[in-house]
Amino acid sequence: MKRSKLLLPALLATTMLVAGAAQAKTLVYCSEGSPEGFDPAPYTAGTTFDASSKPLYNRLVEFKPGTSEVQPGLAESWEVSEDGLTYTFKLREGVKFHTTDYFTPTRDFNADDVLFSFNRQLQEDHAFNQYTAGIAWEYFNGMSMPDLLKSVEKVDDYTVRFNLTRPEAPMVANLAMDFASILSAEYGAQLEESGSKEMLNQQPIGTGPYHFVAYQKDAVIRYGSHDEYWDGKQAIDDLVFAITTDASVRQQKLLAGECHVAPYPNPADLESLQAAENIKVEEQEGLNVGYLAYNTQVAPFDNTNVRKALNMAINKEAILDAVFQGAGKAAKNPLPPTMWSYNDAIEDDAFDPEAAKKMLEEEGVTDLKMKIWAMPVQRPYNPNARRMAEVIQEDFANIGVEVEIVSYEWGEYLDLSKDKNRDGAVLLGWTGDNGDPDNFLAVLLGCDGVGGSNRAQWCNDEFEALIQEAKTVSDKAERTKLYEEAQVVFKREAPWATIAHSVVFMPMSTKVSGYVMDPLGGHSFTGVDIAE
Amino acid sequence: MFGFLLKRFGLLIPTFLGVTLAAFSFVRILPGDPVLLMAGERGVTPERHAQLLEQFGFDRPLYVQYFDYLFSALRGDLGQSLVTKRPVWDEFFTLFPATFELSICAIIFALVIGLPIGMLAAIKRGTWFDQSLMGAALVGYSMPIFWWGLLLIILFSGTLGWTPVSGRISLLYYFPNVTGLMLVDSLLSGQKGAFASAVSHLILPTIVLGTIPLAVIARQTRSAMLEVLNEDYVRTARAKGLSAKRVIGVHALRNAMIPVITTIGLQVGVLMAGAILTETIFSWPGIGKWLIDSISRRDYPSVQGGLLMIAVIIMFVNLVVDLLYGLINPRIRHKG
Repeated sequence: MKRSKLLLPALLATTMLVAGAAQAKTLVYCSEGSPEGFDPAPYTAGTTFDASSKPLYNRLVEFKPGTSEVQPGLAESWEVSEDGLTYTFKLREGVKFHTTDYFTPTRDFNADDVLFSFNRQLQEDHAFNQYTAGIAWEYFNGMSMPDLLKSVEKVDDYTVRFNLTRPEAPMVANLAMDFASILSAEYGAQLEESGSKEMLNQQPIGTGPYHFVAYQKDAVIRYGSHDEYWDGKQAIDDLVFAITTDASVRQQKLLAGECHVAPYPNPADLESLQAAENIKVEEQEGLNVGYLAYNTQVAPFDNTNVRKALNMAINKEAILDAVFQGAGKAAKNPLPPTMWSYNDAIEDDAFDPEAAKKMLEEEGVTDLKMKIWAMPVQRPYNPNARRMAEVIQEDFANIGVEVEIVSYEWGEYLDLSKDKNRDGAVLLGWTGDNGDPDNFLAVLLGCDGVGGSNRAQWCNDEFEALIQEAKTVSDKAERTKLYEEAQVVFKREAPWATIAHSVVFMPMSTKVSGYVMDPLGGHSFTGVDIAE
Repeated sequence: MFGFLLKRFGLLIPTFLGVTLAAFSFVRILPGDPVLLMAGERGVTPERHAQLLEQFGFDRPLYVQYFDYLFSALRGDLGQSLVTKRPVWDEFFTLFPATFELSICAIIFALVIGLPIGMLAAIKRGTWFDQSLMGAALVGYSMPIFWWGLLLIILFSGTLGWTPVSGRISLLYYFPNVTGLMLVDSLLSGQKGAFASAVSHLILPTIVLGTIPLAVIARQTRSAMLEVLNEDYVRTARAKGLSAKRVIGVHALRNAMIPVITTIGLQVGVLMAGAILTETIFSWPGIGKWLIDSISRRDYPSVQGGLLMIAVIIMFVNLVVDLLYGLINPRIRHKG
């Protein structure tokens, strides 16, 4: 009798365990590289964000899945002061941090965590500003946050205020970026006390949908579902990143069922992937633009008609075939079509070599010789710059312009192409950071960027006035109108030849459901499910 | 013997200095710097650029940086990775067991197959058997590793489904890292099927990495064997009426092994070079793949630390090989 009493619960427990094991859902993602660390703020690489900010953390505001629009995250609502200098955020209550074998939170998320997450980047004397020697807050600096942010203050436990030095409409979008992920101040204090601050980057604690389990360097990252996630527990119990750097091998692993989702396929493999029965391929236009920037400060490229004529000579369809192999879309604007305020009413310059030739003659430009800079690396907005340069070289030869193609090592290329006296037009591109048009138009074409990120060295008063005004207005409809107008000025003045936006493909097992492609290029498994 | 050791160890000092100098200058000759590459299209202001270079210590004169690297290395401090901010030493030894395990398997594979092939080819010299084996060895030697690896994956993992595509063990198994050697750790874990999974993951990378050493060992064994078989003492042994097995197995093989052992020693360098590509194809988390990533990011401390460690390992293996000669052949036992 005694024995059976013991046996029954034991049997039950075993049955439950077996049933539980059978139900545990695991999704394997063949990621393309290793994360640099698990604290997103010191880094700028998408691969690192996919493994850190996306599964482990939340931000005050988040990008709405599948769009570049901002929605509430850890902040439930926010208000902007009249003068645009103060942003007040009302924080969500009852948000739990991860409980792991290395940390057990004693309190919920509150304003102290927001202050900790930002002040470590803003204040040089903060205990976590240099928690590992040589740490640099590159994105925070790159988005000019040290100049823009005067202070972050705690109004009460669930209210924080950001004080700015100047009005900046894209501020809220900036706070949805990966560097603005919210870390636990309590965990920071625990690490500081135990003298192991560097663990903040190796054993992360966040509020995100998954918690960290283990990382075997360059091989596997394991996450578990966060049971107390404020937005509901995930359907997937175990999320595994199997690091697989080679694209062909990723494809084989996907076909063999060793992983369920595998990013960045080789364009040449797309056809066979689409044909495979157990694979589906989703696609989306990337939030990027590839362009050819003339140096508008050097003759004859200071002449708008010369630039226009050259633009008319470029056969974009040929480029899409030869360089993008179908994974691209011709660009007419400096903004990608998935960005709000994209002006679709604008007509692209017609491809017309005859008219282009005539236009050059009318401007008295004959026997023109020029250089085209081709990037030495593969980028989403330009998978093969050398090939692209060759196509353009041929197009320009057709209108009597002789092109010499030049190239430099990538770091040097980026540096030398900034020079105001640069000889030649530069092939380059941009991928959006925060889903705000300002992040394209002001960074790439604003007067402040001349001698820097404005590779066309183009400073146009009319354009500048429009984008500066759009920075200070917080009404989105009003901003949209200003940006649409700015795109008209851009098209008329033609500082660049806009070439293409890439199309991003995402092959995955047909078992996977609920995966939403991110126009900003990230890979997130929030809300994803997998069929048994 | 003592004198030989002294001389041999004395030789290590200039080699070590040369290696540190080469590793140090190699990464710096490459154009571009870590800050520019880190910033990418986003760019970095000249002030911030200078500030970061100073923070990393790259604003100091080159000779100061070199001596700092040299003396730190002598103390066992290889600096800190610019990317992960972790000590290079830790990074290296986290990943080294994976490369070590793969290299050992590859060299065993190369020996187990290469030695008999070379011997058989020598015995059956000039026959179609010899010619086809040596032809195959030449093909193996010339095979581009990347292509060979992908070919095997597509055939055995893709079409036939016999072996896993990549990785070190099935993701189902999860146990703590004890030795870093998956074969050992999977046994220690006691989890059913873990060891078999680790073995199945090793098969293709072992073949790919072992192919070139196999070809070299087979060819070397054949030619060493041929030379030995023509020696007087072998003829004498045969004339004495010893069995062919005994003549070849005892008298010839032992002497033929001397150049073969040198070859095996030299293969360590080949293995390290091959590991870089093999690890990339099979997503094998070893130092080869890590080194490639570090070079492309201009992670100076990781590259110069990693290269130095590899060079030290190769130096050590060659030292051991030199000492082994004496064991194999008493005639060249080192006298002081």
